[in-house]
Amino acid sequence: MKPNDVILQTVTKVVTFIILTFAVYLFLAGHHEPGGGFIGGLVITSGLTLLYLAFDIESVRQGVPVDFKIVAAVGVFIAVATGMGSLLFDSPFLSQTYGYYNLPIFGETELATAVLFDLGVALAVVGTGVTIILSISGDA
Amino acid sequence: MNNLVILPLLIPLLAGIILVIFRQNILLQRWLSMVAILSTGGVASYLLQMVSDYGIQTLAIGGWEAPFGIIFVLDMFAGLLILTTSIVSLGCILYAFNSIGSEREQFYFYPFMLFLITGVNGSFLTGDIFNLFVCFEVMLISSYVLISLGGTKVQLRQSIKYIVINIMSSTMFLLGIAYLYAITGTLNLAHLSVRIAEVGQEGMLTTVAILFLTVFSLKAALFLYFWLPGSYGAPPTAIGAIFGALLTKVGVYALFRMFTLIFYHQPEITHMLLGMMAAITMILGGLGAICHWDIRKIIAYNVIIAVGFIVSGLAVFTATAVTGGIYYLIHDMIGKALLFLLGGTIIGITGTGKLKEMSGLIRNHPLLGWMFFITVLALAGIPPLSGFIGKVLVIKGTMEMEFYWLTVVGLLSSLMVLYSVMKIFINVFWGETYLSKDKEKGTTYGLLFPCVLLTTVSIALGLGVEGITCYIEQAANGLMNPDIYIKAVLKSI
Repeated sequence: MKPNDVILQTVTKVVTFIILTFAVYLFLAGHHEPGGGFIGGLVITSGLTLLYLAFDIESVRQGVPVDFKIVAAVGVFIAVATGMGSLLFDSPFLSQTYGYYNLPIFGETELATAVLFDLGVALAVVGTGVTIILSISGDA
Repeated sequence: MNNLVILPLLIPLLAGIILVIFRQNILLQRWLSMVAILSTGGVASYLLQMVSDYGIQTLAIGGWEAPFGIIFVLDMFAGLLILTTSIVSLGCILYAFNSIGSEREQFYFYPFMLFLITGVNGSFLTGDIFNLFVCFEVMLISSYVLISLGGTKVQLRQSIKYIVINIMSSTMFLLGIAYLYAITGTLNLAHLSVRIAEVGQEGMLTTVAILFLTVFSLKAALFLYFWLPGSYGAPPTAIGAIFGALLTKVGVYALFRMFTLIFYHQPEITHMLLGMMAAITMILGGLGAICHWDIRKIIAYNVIIAVGFIVSGLAVFTATAVTGGIYYLIHDMIGKALLFLLGGTIIGITGTGKLKEMSGLIRNHPLLGWMFFITVLALAGIPPLSGFIGKVLVIKGTMEMEFYWLTVVGLLSSLMVLYSVMKIFINVFWGETYLSKDKEKGTTYGLLFPCVLLTTVSIALGLGVEGITCYIEQAANGLMNPDIYIKAVLKSI
């Protein structure tokens, strides 16, 4: 008999949304408050894990059609590439820079290249975490 | 600032990442990994010339100067080792093309080889002790994957042992760093050296030094080598060769760095301990090499003997002995890779590692046989070949400092090396040929080329000693005078 998990699935639909929002908040908060790429990536992974628990692997794969091994590799590539960007400007490897810009909606905002590095870290964490969970979760 | 310094780490890392993305394309995997290693070697030799002309090259990562940021330091010692690493890994990768098999190639073999090289080069380059730990972990995690890749029973059994030992020693490494940071308040190697010279190496610091000695002995298979013979025989030949040539040598490098740059104030305790451990390593490794009748085991024990011999050069701690140690270290990285590759080829042909089940291979495989013979002589230190000059200088150093027991053990170890490897040669290549060409288990197709390459390098290293003497002496000079390193890193002090 197939168990009826309509409550779990309905709650998941709401909660995943909150988790992912919180993950983005943590990711962006990293520069001035506790947070950052690693914890942001882990929280995204936990959101995805909840989806995998509530639904089956196949339907989540249809919803999120990416190969997480490649996500991890792309993440590491982004992190290294932000470091290599500084080679173009003849400054030491992994140098960072930042500036203040007037963006349309947010007003004056501080933008830093460290965020790009953090984006790479977050993608690497998500990719690694989900890959581990998927490889030990079944025969696949 | 010199951004080229980071390239020996960056090129293999980038190539590895790209290869993870293009997993299925084996042709791309082979070409890109080869190009990456070749260009790493090219950059390394260019940098070597720069170091020789203009002194130590440094790069403060992110523009944060030492001691506050991480600094990458390329002195002559590190540069030579990086160049040797490139040569050795080129040989192993070329060998892997025809031997590793497509199942392993499709499951990230080349990326992990490249990540391993990233970790090794990073360990050689870094000037920060915590970063050294991180680079060690990059190297070790790649080696965990490589040792278990393929998932045969023996590999899985040995990888558990290997991983447990290395996690233990990494934890101790971290503890040592924590103690050192609590005492000195800095992590930069040059700054650590200055701080320790200021307070003097008291009992507490010597204890920490011995903790580091334990850690790196575990990594380098100095006395604490019990995990090595099994682990290095388990993976396929190309992987075993890169392990035997690089992994223990990074531990040896760390020992050299720590005990010439930081903990050099109480040689009567630390270096004496190193000397005793080296002597015991040579004796026990030699006994192991003599008593076994399995090619893999004999080769693995030869790695252990060589580590003992190199460290005895450090233990004597004179300019002569350290120069000899560096010569021997470089010779041994190439020689051990070659020995693993040749041994693996023999096992591939006969289908067994047991010496008593094979004989007379010279009739069908003369090139393989004579290359093995040259390697044997080079490893034992016969004069025109590469192992000679290092051995002579280390032995001379031990005599000068009147460490006669170390002299005797060192010479005895050469004899044991010669006996154990010559035993392979005589049993495998001489005698009656009962394995005709069509009954052989495998071919040598494409496998001899990397061996020829490494043999040529090894012979050239022996005959062309004059050509590299100035580099090696500069490296030894840098190790014996930590002030040079400190001045290059901490420009203000």
